[in-house]
Amino acid sequence: MYVAVKGGERAIDAAHSWLDRARRGPAEQPVLDTAQIRDQMSLAVARVMAEGSLYDPDLAALAIKQARGDLIEAIFLIRAYRTTLPRFGASRPVKTGAMRIARRISATFKDVPGGQILGPTFDYTHRLLDFRLLADGALPATDPAEACETLPEPAPRILSFLDRDGMIETAEPDQAEPADLTREPMELPAERALRLQALARGDEGFLLGLAYSTQRGYARNHAFVGELRIGTVPVEMEIPELGFSIEIGEIELTECETVNQFKGSRTEPAQFTRGYGLTFGQTERKALSMALVDRALRWEELGEDGQGAPAQDQEFVLSHCDNIQATGFLEHIKLPHYVDFQAELELVRRLRDGSAGQEDAA
Amino acid sequence: MSSPEDDPDPFRREALGLLARAPSARLGELFPDLPEQEILRRPETGSVMVRGRAGGTGSSFNLGEITVTRASVRLPSGHVGHGYVQGRDKAHALRAAAIDALAQHDPKRIEVEILAPLRREEHLRRAARAAEAAATKVEFFTLARGEDE
Amino acid sequence: MTASELSGGFAVAAWDGAHAFRAVLNAMARPGTIVALSAATGPEPISVAAATVLLTLCDRTTPLHLAGDHDNAALRTWIAFHCAAPIVAAQDAAFALGRWDALQPLDRFAIGTPEYPDRAATLIIDNHDFEGMPARLTGPGIRGTAALALPDARAFVANHARFPLGWDAILTSGRHLAALPRSTEIR
Repeated sequence: MYVAVKGGERAIDAAHSWLDRARRGPAEQPVLDTAQIRDQMSLAVARVMAEGSLYDPDLAALAIKQARGDLIEAIFLIRAYRTTLPRFGASRPVKTGAMRIARRISATFKDVPGGQILGPTFDYTHRLLDFRLLADGALPATDPAEACETLPEPAPRILSFLDRDGMIETAEPDQAEPADLTREPMELPAERALRLQALARGDEGFLLGLAYSTQRGYARNHAFVGELRIGTVPVEMEIPELGFSIEIGEIELTECETVNQFKGSRTEPAQFTRGYGLTFGQTERKALSMALVDRALRWEELGEDGQGAPAQDQEFVLSHCDNIQATGFLEHIKLPHYVDFQAELELVRRLRDGSAGQEDAA
Repeated sequence: MSSPEDDPDPFRREALGLLARAPSARLGELFPDLPEQEILRRPETGSVMVRGRAGGTGSSFNLGEITVTRASVRLPSGHVGHGYVQGRDKAHALRAAAIDALAQHDPKRIEVEILAPLRREEHLRRAARAAEAAATKVEFFTLARGEDE
Repeated sequence: MTASELSGGFAVAAWDGAHAFRAVLNAMARPGTIVALSAATGPEPISVAAATVLLTLCDRTTPLHLAGDHDNAALRTWIAFHCAAPIVAAQDAAFALGRWDALQPLDRFAIGTPEYPDRAATLIIDNHDFEGMPARLTGPGIRGTAALALPDARAFVANHARFPLGWDAILTSGRHLAALPRSTEIR
């Protein structure tokens, strides 16, 4: 039970004022520019866009600045802003096969058309703090790669090689209009389109933990990274007043396709199966986690036996992966529950008095 | 890509894409002054739901939204232009709409003065990025194997 | 495309939309009350009031049926540009727009289901004659009784009889608008 309590206004105003100053930091320091956040904290920006479910690097940078670097608070700001926008429509499905590649690797095939392209990755760094960055914030400039006039080789989907041999389940398009959990409340069990939407905006940490649990044996499904690619794709939309579709922009995406061992089931032949991850920005850990959890959630449609693992439990995963829902409910317990608690206090007192009486009687 | 039926006006389609992807500031340099025009739809910012496909090629799903700003104008000649651009830049959308309208009136001039430079600059940006990616391509070589001795 | 097909939208979408929404809400909450709306102008034969309702309540997610001479190319283009509501057959419509005679027969429109009574159509009866013989209205939102001219009182009596199912009606003409939800009883 909640009771309206007045009298906190002055304290709240003062708290907000201190918050502003705490965000700004010492006045003698240069103020942080949102363009710096956008361009130099770009992976934080990518995470806020992915989980805020709104691709706009400038807004994500602003949200990070306003939230003092608290990314979940920043995601909250983006989600709130998103609700104020009129929806103009939906894009055509992005063609990730035609992505302009910045990174593209496969753990299943060494030699693939288009090659293995590492991109700007942390993978081969030594994870040693670079104290040169501490000293003056600057490193000796490295030269950009020499521009080449020849266009890069096309990089076909790696899983299409397995597909050709019938070694992997197919992923055929259909014309169904996908459900949208931002418009209609999610009903369980949810079809895959809805699950993918929920996972794409789900919390990276939560999905990472779940994905790790599948690797450690809770719903083991032995994933290989068939392909991981990062790059840009155009966003194309049908414009009613034009009567045809145009490109309205270009976004960076991370896509991960896993290949999973599958011994076959009552309904399916032995073949490889797929897990899929697609996320805004350069968000590799998230896309990988999403693909593993997507595959774990598919046990029923593939006719596998449920192991009762958390990652296989739709209700558990989908109801708890959204960090804004989670933090909203979690943090609300900070708000006044004075009356609630008084009632509990009374109850415990009565129980204690009662039990004390019984002891005396005994 | 697209079949001819759903691509009735390839020039306009490509132009609108170039205008949307161009940096707003650059568009302002190439086309500083808006023509005399009636505004049919003031620039408004909204969102577009971006869709993907499960497995890259399967059933579609809703990935997340992008911010988009759109505007529509009409020139005294009667030509109507529409601008749809990613982001929240109202001047960008209005400029794209005006250029779209002018391109129907005088396609040659718009091609030479605006579209050709945008196309060239976009190609250079993409080539520079492709070169960075190409430099990180792994060239595998096989080491001598012990059992071959 | 001609001038009238693309012009005539809201001057300031947020303001005009909010004012019009409030006016429609008041009309719906107080059946029989006539309110004035004038923020949008569409091609013939749609009234200013009905055009404003469309831009306020309809978008891509609200299937719209056009009946009679309201179903014309110019108005379709105007709707596509300004609110993008998909044009559908009567039985699939969330909203239907037309003159009373053109909207007949009314049993084509959704009246909701016992689980989801909200899945019913809203009829926008355009070019309505507010000067006709008034019917007496009672029910939620009406203190005592109210009076409003109706195109055919029997249809509204029958519609109310199946409450909580049934369609809702918005009557428009020129700049005027009144509403008659299915909860209103006709005496």
